[in-house]
Amino acid sequence: MSGVRVLVGTRKGAFTLTSDGTRGNWTVDGPHFGGWEIYHMAGSPADTDRLYMSQSSGWFGQLIQRSDDGGRNWRTVGNDFAYQGDVGEHLWYDGTPRPWEFKRIWHIEPSRDDPDTVYAGAEDAALYLTTDGGEKWTELTALRTHPTGPSWQPGAGGMCLHTIILDPVHQGRIYVAISAAGAFRSDDAGASWLPINKGLRSGEIPDQDSEVGHCVHHITQHPSRPDTLYMQKHWDVLRTDDAGANWREVSGELPSDFGFPIAVHAHEPETIYVVPIKSDSEHYPPEGKLRVYRSRTGGGDWEPLTNGLPQSDCYVNILRDAMAVDTLDPCGIYFGTTGGQVYHSADGGDSWAPIVRDLPAVLSVEVQVLP
Amino acid sequence: MIRVVLPAHLKNLAHVTGEVTLEVTGPEDAADDACGAGASQRLTAGQVTQRQVLDVLEARYPMLLGTIRDRHSGKRRAFVRFYACEEDLSNESPDSPLPQEVCSGKEPYIILGAMAGG
Repeated sequence: MSGVRVLVGTRKGAFTLTSDGTRGNWTVDGPHFGGWEIYHMAGSPADTDRLYMSQSSGWFGQLIQRSDDGGRNWRTVGNDFAYQGDVGEHLWYDGTPRPWEFKRIWHIEPSRDDPDTVYAGAEDAALYLTTDGGEKWTELTALRTHPTGPSWQPGAGGMCLHTIILDPVHQGRIYVAISAAGAFRSDDAGASWLPINKGLRSGEIPDQDSEVGHCVHHITQHPSRPDTLYMQKHWDVLRTDDAGANWREVSGELPSDFGFPIAVHAHEPETIYVVPIKSDSEHYPPEGKLRVYRSRTGGGDWEPLTNGLPQSDCYVNILRDAMAVDTLDPCGIYFGTTGGQVYHSADGGDSWAPIVRDLPAVLSVEVQVLP
Repeated sequence: MIRVVLPAHLKNLAHVTGEVTLEVTGPEDAADDACGAGASQRLTAGQVTQRQVLDVLEARYPMLLGTIRDRHSGKRRAFVRFYACEEDLSNESPDSPLPQEVCSGKEPYIILGAMAGG
């Protein structure tokens, strides 16, 4: 029987949660690199034993760890994330120009085909690529040097490149999202980029329909519908069916359309999941009820999923990279909270249970199905 | 022989326990290096600098690259401190000679994370 490995990055170390395919009994392993912030861990789709981890600390900076044995052993690989060429400037919070300055890696996206090829998204926003398993990282500079770059401004969490989608059908197509610049698409493997924010409307910026400046929180895609993307923006849930050329809001009657993660069911490309958060100044669920909302219609119509989730006195947040789905049948859904709980559903969201309750604040959750 | 004390997190990264001992470049080469890096004073026999110690440390433990000093500017990371002989050397020139007690191995060169928190 196949198994499942959940990769959990937290404020104070990395954890792996493993189970067989029934997803009933779980083993918790960790912390790995206790005390370090683990913004993201990801496994290679081409080799489930190959894992990468973004490890950082306010004291000791950024490191990348790599495992070749499914997380039992880790090896420090390259951490030279240099901005190539003219560093340039973007806007600071006060509106003044400020040089790009590397802070950390937010997201790691391994290639679908090659375990040694990995993309990494940085704060301040930049996209890096390694083709040697993480030893050497090269910036794909066309994104940072996009003509709109000087007008990009950080969101409250920093100017982070947090979402990377490698299109499974269109060779060389990459989507990225940056807070608070917006979403961008490349059709030539990162050699050039197009802002894809038409239809996004953001009350936090003077021109609500601006080409850039939108605080995109997360984007997801179903591999069978590569031109359809779903987005959780600062406020609003949106979808596009033309690869980002046009977006339309599908928030419907969600109790709040503010939130961070968004995920799509592994086998139903019109079934999506969000976790509404009360507001941008109150980062907890409305009414203290932790509810995942599911739409089976690709947005618009939503149903609350509450079975097994706390429905009173719950004031945690769920961060943008802290929700994932597995590819088993029924599809498993996983999310982690800033309160240290990792919940999972083995039935597409109908019922939930905690895998573990008392981890440090969860920054990211990914899941691998093991052979 | 230079004795170096690493903070716990960096010991874990480097897979070491206890102190690290390093053989650091001799005074002739050291003096050239130091001058080349802008040192204000020439080293005498047996003297070494913080820069030399950190260079040797990072060469032996490359996983520490970037954790103590910025990889590009070479500057001390903001929340890293260097102590020796009950003195804070963090803001000393990296090319100034370390105390004789450190150069002789009598006292350790201590790298640690700055106090932080509330």
